[in-house]
Amino acid sequence: MTPSSDDLAVETRGLVKRFGETTAVDGVDLTIRRGGIYGVLGPNGAGKTTVIRMLATLLRLDGGQAHVLGHDVRSEPAAVRGKIALTGQFASLDEDLTGLENLVLLGRLQGFAARAARRRGQELLEAFNLGDAAGRQVKKYSGGMRRRLDIAGSLVVTPELIFLDEPTTGIDPRSRNQVWDIIRTLVDSGTTVVLTTQYLEEADQLADRLAVIDHGRVIAEGTPGQLKAQVGAGALNLRVVEAEDRERAAEILAAALSADVVREADPTALTARLDAGARASTALTALEEAGVEVETFSVGQPSLDEVFMALTGKKPETDGDAAGDEQEVADGGEHRGAAHDADHRGDHGTDGRAADDEAEAKTR
Amino acid sequence: MSTTTNGTSTVPPETERIRHILVSRQDTPQRPGAVSASLTYGWRALLKIKHVPEQLFDVTIFPIMMTVMMTYVFGGSIGAAVSGQEAGGDAVDAYVQWLIPGIFAQTLVMITMYTGLTLNRDISKGVFDRFRSLPVWRPAQLVGALLGDQVRYTLAGVIILVVGFIMGFRPAGGLPGVLAAFLMLLVFSFCLSWVWTTVALLMRTEQAAMGVSMFIMMPLTFVSNIFAPTESMPGPVRAFAEANPVSTLVGCIRQFMDGVYDVGSITAVLIYCAVLVVIFGPISMFVYNRTS
Repeated sequence: MTPSSDDLAVETRGLVKRFGETTAVDGVDLTIRRGGIYGVLGPNGAGKTTVIRMLATLLRLDGGQAHVLGHDVRSEPAAVRGKIALTGQFASLDEDLTGLENLVLLGRLQGFAARAARRRGQELLEAFNLGDAAGRQVKKYSGGMRRRLDIAGSLVVTPELIFLDEPTTGIDPRSRNQVWDIIRTLVDSGTTVVLTTQYLEEADQLADRLAVIDHGRVIAEGTPGQLKAQVGAGALNLRVVEAEDRERAAEILAAALSADVVREADPTALTARLDAGARASTALTALEEAGVEVETFSVGQPSLDEVFMALTGKKPETDGDAAGDEQEVADGGEHRGAAHDADHRGDHGTDGRAADDEAEAKTR
Repeated sequence: MSTTTNGTSTVPPETERIRHILVSRQDTPQRPGAVSASLTYGWRALLKIKHVPEQLFDVTIFPIMMTVMMTYVFGGSIGAAVSGQEAGGDAVDAYVQWLIPGIFAQTLVMITMYTGLTLNRDISKGVFDRFRSLPVWRPAQLVGALLGDQVRYTLAGVIILVVGFIMGFRPAGGLPGVLAAFLMLLVFSFCLSWVWTTVALLMRTEQAAMGVSMFIMMPLTFVSNIFAPTESMPGPVRAFAEANPVSTLVGCIRQFMDGVYDVGSITAVLIYCAVLVVIFGPISMFVYNRTS
């Protein structure tokens, strides 16, 4: 399409997808270079999953154009499928089968002979620390184990481009860090990663560039640094030991950070917005010099809500509505939504156990 | 979500291992052919039977129930009409000879319905997204599922024949006749299954698929020559029963069981089979490709 399309992993122009009355994706333009991690950030129902599914040839386009690794998703879907892998938002695994059987199945479907598929499956399980769970049914895996197996399933044949749809939603922090390490390793080896996330922190940690999507449109695009400069670096949360010191602390903070300071309901708590470049440590030193005793002090990243506030000037929709949207957006029908909803609850149900299961798996 | 940053991330040995298996993976294998892919999906169906044997309930208990129930409830009276004997014990014996081939066909035909219901449930799961994103001949997923179901049909068929044998069924055609009947029935079931995959893909929920399937299934199996000769039925019903492919199938199976191999009825059943696949196979695939 364009002369440079060889360097591009993904290029879309005016991508549109409608589900009945709802326009889930409303003219999305994306230009994603090969190599690196590209993040698609947005709240529930923003249309992230729909975009990914269109790019992975699972959904037909209702408008616009999309090229993946130089192939048109409409006219050459088979060529696209030969080069990509997709790890869905809800584990793309057969829960009734064991971990090894899942990988052997995927290996055989990609042309490995029976024994080679088995060897490849075992190799992947070992590499992903799932060797001990090879013979266990996936429905008995913890959330983190599932996610790793899911990614392993995408690597049976190393893809040129891998789509990860919310790879860390619903898993515990330790598993999340493991998944992050895996993703970084993939990129180092030359695979392009496109991931969706609801978490600003995740986008910031992983992505080289990102697009922020809301209501089916790209509302901002750039490096995490550029976006943060637009939004501010986050907030400083502070609690003083003595409530009577708070007023003085507020003045010191305001002067040191040249920012507005919010007095919280808690009579000892203060919050100040940090602009990019503002040094929280300066404020802390100033407080110490003034003899104000500080009980707790933390720097928080701006929440996704704050990002959207800064970019759109309005609050994103409430969680309840947005979650409903996402189901329709992701699945194209209420019936599928219901099934996924159940899956999702299942995911959360395992969260608490996940860490224990992990530890258990390790010690065996 | 505002969290404090924790930048402590050590490089675990796992990372090294993953890097290694990625780099070592140079030669991508050839894509599998249609047959190989279908067989792989069939293998998946068998694995599911291994891990979830409860799903065999419909092909084990249900056939036993049908055979015993239908024979002893209707046997005495219908058997008398069919055989011309006095109502009662002898009539039941005569009816067994006539009914078992019919029940054999009916039960397997009814079980084909579950193929569609399983598919409907399966498709709403995440794993189908992955299957659909693979560079594999797409109908393989459906063909493979239907191939896996042949195992279920075979199991059900064996159970019915064993129960029938215990109840006194002694086919004149002997083992060759029974095997021929079995084979014909499996072919017909495979072809009929495409109707249920179409229904399953068109319906939004499993319940809806079940409802529609039953709506088709009841007249298909009951308004036929399975339980009673069509001659006893009033005009329009009789016309329907005689045009019903299941009647043709059952007629052919009864002939096989009696040791009669009639080219005309064999051809008729095979034509029905071909028509079912030619119509419903492409419709299934079309809907399947459009399903999101």
